[in-house]
Amino acid sequence: MPTNFEVNGKPVSVTVEARTTLADCLRHHLRLTGTHVGCEHGVCGACTVIVDGYAVRSCLMLTAQAEGTKVTTVEGLSNDEALTPLQASFRKHHALQCGFCTPGMITTAHALLSEEPDCDADRVRDVLSGNLCRCTGYISIVEAVLDARSAYKKPA
Amino acid sequence: MKNAFIGSAIERREDLRFLRGRGEYVDDLKPDGLLYAVILRSSVAHGRIVSIDVSAALKIPGVHAVITAKDMPGGAPIVPMRLQPLPEFKPFEQPVIAHDKVRYVGEPLAVVIADSVAIGEDALEAIEIQIESLPAVADWHVAKRDQNLLFEGPGTNRSLTFNAVRGDADAAFVNAPYVRRETFRTGRHYGLTMEPRGVMAQWDAAKGLLTVSGAAKVPFFNRRILAKQIGLPEDSIEMIENDVGGGFGARGEFYPEDFLIPFAARQLNRPVKWIEDRRENLMAMNHAREAEVDVELACERDGTILALRGHAHVDMGAYMRTNGAVGARNIAQFMAGPYRIPNVKLDVSLWMTNKTPVGTYRGPGRFETDFFRERLLDLVAQDLGIDRVEFRRKNLVARSEMPYQIATISPYLHEDEYDSGDYQATLDRCLKEIGWSEKAKLAGRLIDGHYHGIAVGCFIEGGGAGPKETARLEINDDGSISVYIGSSAVGQGVETVFAQIAADALEIPLDRIRWVHHGSTTYVSDGYGAYHSRSVVMGGSALLDAANNFKAALSEEAAKRLGCDASEITIDEDKVSGAGKSLPLAAFAGLTREGAFLNKKHTYSYGAQAAHVAVDAKIGKVDILDYVVVQDAGRIINPLTLRGQVIGSLVQGLGGAFLENLVYDEQGQLLTGSLADYLLPTASDFPRLRAIVMDEHPSPINPLGAKGAGEGGMVGAGGVIANAVANALQSFNPDLRELPLTPTRVWEMTQKKA
Repeated sequence: MPTNFEVNGKPVSVTVEARTTLADCLRHHLRLTGTHVGCEHGVCGACTVIVDGYAVRSCLMLTAQAEGTKVTTVEGLSNDEALTPLQASFRKHHALQCGFCTPGMITTAHALLSEEPDCDADRVRDVLSGNLCRCTGYISIVEAVLDARSAYKKPA
Repeated sequence: MKNAFIGSAIERREDLRFLRGRGEYVDDLKPDGLLYAVILRSSVAHGRIVSIDVSAALKIPGVHAVITAKDMPGGAPIVPMRLQPLPEFKPFEQPVIAHDKVRYVGEPLAVVIADSVAIGEDALEAIEIQIESLPAVADWHVAKRDQNLLFEGPGTNRSLTFNAVRGDADAAFVNAPYVRRETFRTGRHYGLTMEPRGVMAQWDAAKGLLTVSGAAKVPFFNRRILAKQIGLPEDSIEMIENDVGGGFGARGEFYPEDFLIPFAARQLNRPVKWIEDRRENLMAMNHAREAEVDVELACERDGTILALRGHAHVDMGAYMRTNGAVGARNIAQFMAGPYRIPNVKLDVSLWMTNKTPVGTYRGPGRFETDFFRERLLDLVAQDLGIDRVEFRRKNLVARSEMPYQIATISPYLHEDEYDSGDYQATLDRCLKEIGWSEKAKLAGRLIDGHYHGIAVGCFIEGGGAGPKETARLEINDDGSISVYIGSSAVGQGVETVFAQIAADALEIPLDRIRWVHHGSTTYVSDGYGAYHSRSVVMGGSALLDAANNFKAALSEEAAKRLGCDASEITIDEDKVSGAGKSLPLAAFAGLTREGAFLNKKHTYSYGAQAAHVAVDAKIGKVDILDYVVVQDAGRIINPLTLRGQVIGSLVQGLGGAFLENLVYDEQGQLLTGSLADYLLPTASDFPRLRAIVMDEHPSPINPLGAKGAGEGGMVGAGGVIANAVANALQSFNPDLRELPLTPTRVWEMTQKKA
C-alpha cells in the first residue's frame, strides 16, 4: 500500500517495506540525501526533518507514519540563488566543518526560529542540545542561530 | 596585484554545498546494481572458532553471498602497520576477518551481501556460529599476568615497551632534594565521527579496474595495502575520497572492511556498499587513550625541575592496528611537554587485551600525558609552596633554547626537536585573558553553593608529518585554475585554505581558483593525506612549489607565443601579458605543473590554557565559567577555520575530561554500545569557551612558516580541568588522579572532608 505525503511542497507516493524509516525513505527512495543518518537511535539529531512544523528525528519515524503530513528537509530550506539568512549566518560564523550534522542543525534551528524568533541564547542551546556535532564545539552554531533571528521576526 | 588571502578570515567554499544538503558522502552513492554488505561480528571477546555455518543464511531470498575466511584463497590477509611498523608488532597485526580465534567483541566473522541492508541483517541471524570461549583479558592489569594469552606465538601479551631517554634520570634522582611519585589514569575514548565509516567498491572486469569510494585520510597508503592484499597492481585501483563526515585520526585508517568490501565486489562483479551503524562504530572503529602511569618528578627546592621518570601502560585492545603505536610512543616522548626537563627516562608498555584495538585519536598520547604532567606539576607546586604559575614559568623552554632537543625514542631511535616559539608569551597572554590575578583569589571559595577553582597549563602540539606531499595546478578550459592536492579533507576546510594559498602564490583573485580537488588517488602522482595536523604545513608548502613550477612553465609558454622574454611575462586575473600584448589564460588550457614538499622535521605549535570552574558539591556537577586557549600556530592561513579547530578540539578534550569513557565488563563485553551510553558534549554543556590564535613565531622548517594546529585545544583540556576541579575542591583534599571526572567521581571527592 503506498504512503502519500508531501515533501518540500511536492506530493509523493511511495511504496516501501513496512519497516522502512522515514530517513531511509527520504535518502534511498526519494534520493534526498541531504538528510543524514548518524546513529539510528534518535540521539544524534543529524536526520532531523520538519514534519508539520515540528522538528522530528526521521530515523525514529516509520514512513507509514508520514501519511498525510508535510515534510520539509534541508533541500526544501535551500535555493539555488543564494544562501538563506540562516545558512549565510552559519557560513559567516563558521558553524560547520565536516557538514554531516549540518542539515539536522539547519532544520532544528529553522523549526525553532520559525516558532520563537525572540528566543535567547539559553533556549537556543537547550534546543540544539539534541543535535550532536563533533567538529565545531557548538559555540559558533549557537552564535549563528542567534544572529539569524532577525530574519525570522515578522514585520510589526 | 598583491594578494593577502593568507591570514584573512575567508568564509569557506565547502559550506555552500554542505548548508544546502548537497554534500556527497559515501552513503549518498547508489550506482545501478548496488548490493549491500552487512557484517557479522563476534559477540564473544576471546574464543576459538569451532564452526561457522552459513547454509541457512544463503537460502534467504535476496542474499547473494556470505563470505568468511574460508573464501579467501591463501587465507585472510593481514592489515599491516602504517606508522612505526616495527618487527616486534608483526605477530599482533589483525587479519581482515577472524579465522581461528576471536579476540574482541566486534571482530568480523562473516560478510553478508544482499539486496538490501534489512535482508542482510535478517541473514546475520541465520548464521550458526560455535565459539569455544576462552578467559577474557579485559584490561592491562590482567594482560600483564600473561596467564591467558591473546597470541600464543609471542608468548606474552606485551607487544613492546617504548623507551624515551634524555640525559641520565636515574643519576638525577639519586641526589634530588625533592621527589614526588604519583599514579594517574585516563579513560578509553574514541574519535567518534558523526558520519559512521563506509566503503563502496566497484569492479570493472573489462578494464580490470577496482574503484573504492569512501576513502579518507590516507588514500594512497591504503591503496598500497589493498593492492598487495587483493593481488592487483596499484594503478588498477582508484581510491575516491567523497565528502568525509569527520576524521579525528580514527577515520580513514585501513580497517578490515577496507579489504572485505572490495573483495566482495570483485567476487560478485557487482557494486557493493557497506555503511557502519553506530553500534558497530562503537566496537569497530579504533579506540584510544586508556593509559595508566606511575611517574615521579625530581626538583630542586626552588622548583627547578631536575628529572622525570616513570612507566606507563597502555591498553591496546586486541590487535596492533595501522597507527596503534602512536599514542603510546607519544606518551613516552612528550610527557615533558613544553618544559625544560634535562633528564627523562620513561618506559611505555603496550598490552594486548580483548577489546577493540586502538589507533590515534586527535592529540594521540598528548591528551593523556598532558593530564599526567600538569596534574603532577600542581601537586608538586603545592608541596614545595611555590606559586603554580611561577613554577611553570621557571621551567618552560625559553625562546633562546630553540630548536630544543627532546627525549629520544627507542627501539627505533627517533630524535626530534621543538622548532620555534616563545612559550612564556602564550602563557602570559592566557593569564591576562582569563584575569588570573583576580580569579586566583577565588580558589577554593564557596560562593552560592559552588566551589570555585582556577587552573592553567601549557602545551605543545606536534604537526606537519613528512615525508612528502604533492600538489598540482592546471588551467581549466575557461581560464580558471584547478588545484589538485595529495592532502585529504576530513571536514577541516582544505578547499578554502588551499584556494587562499594558491591565489596568493599566483597573485590572482580567489574566485579564479575554481576547484580544489583533494584526496583521491586520481589527482596527483602520490599523496600522503591528512594526519598529524599536516595538511596545511605539507600540502600548503607543496602548493607553493607547484605554483613556482606552474608560473615558470606558463611564463615560458606565453613568452614563446607573445614573442618576448619569460621574465617580462605577468599573470593578471584572467590573462597573461608581455611585450605590450596579452593572451587570455584560457588560451593555455590544460597547462599543468606538479610540485612537492619534502620534510622530515615536525612543527610544534604551542600555547596555554586556563579555566575557571564552579563545582556544585551536592551533585558533582562542574560548570565552566570561563575557558581560554591561546595557541601560536606559526602562521595563520585562515583565522576563522583555525579558531574552529581550536574550539572544536577543546570541546572534544572536555568530552574526554568529563564524559567520554568506553566501559567493558570483566568478560570483555562493551557496556557503552550506544550514544545514550557513550556521552558526548552537547550545545548546552560548555557555552563559555574562548580561543585566541597567534602567529608570532613562524616555523623555520617550511616556506609557509605554518604549524599544525588542529589538536592543541584538546591536548591541554584534561590537565587544566583536573587541576581546576582540584583547586576548587581543595578543602576536601581530593584524590584526583583519574579521568573522566564524572559527576559521581566529583561527588565522591566531596564526601571526605580533609
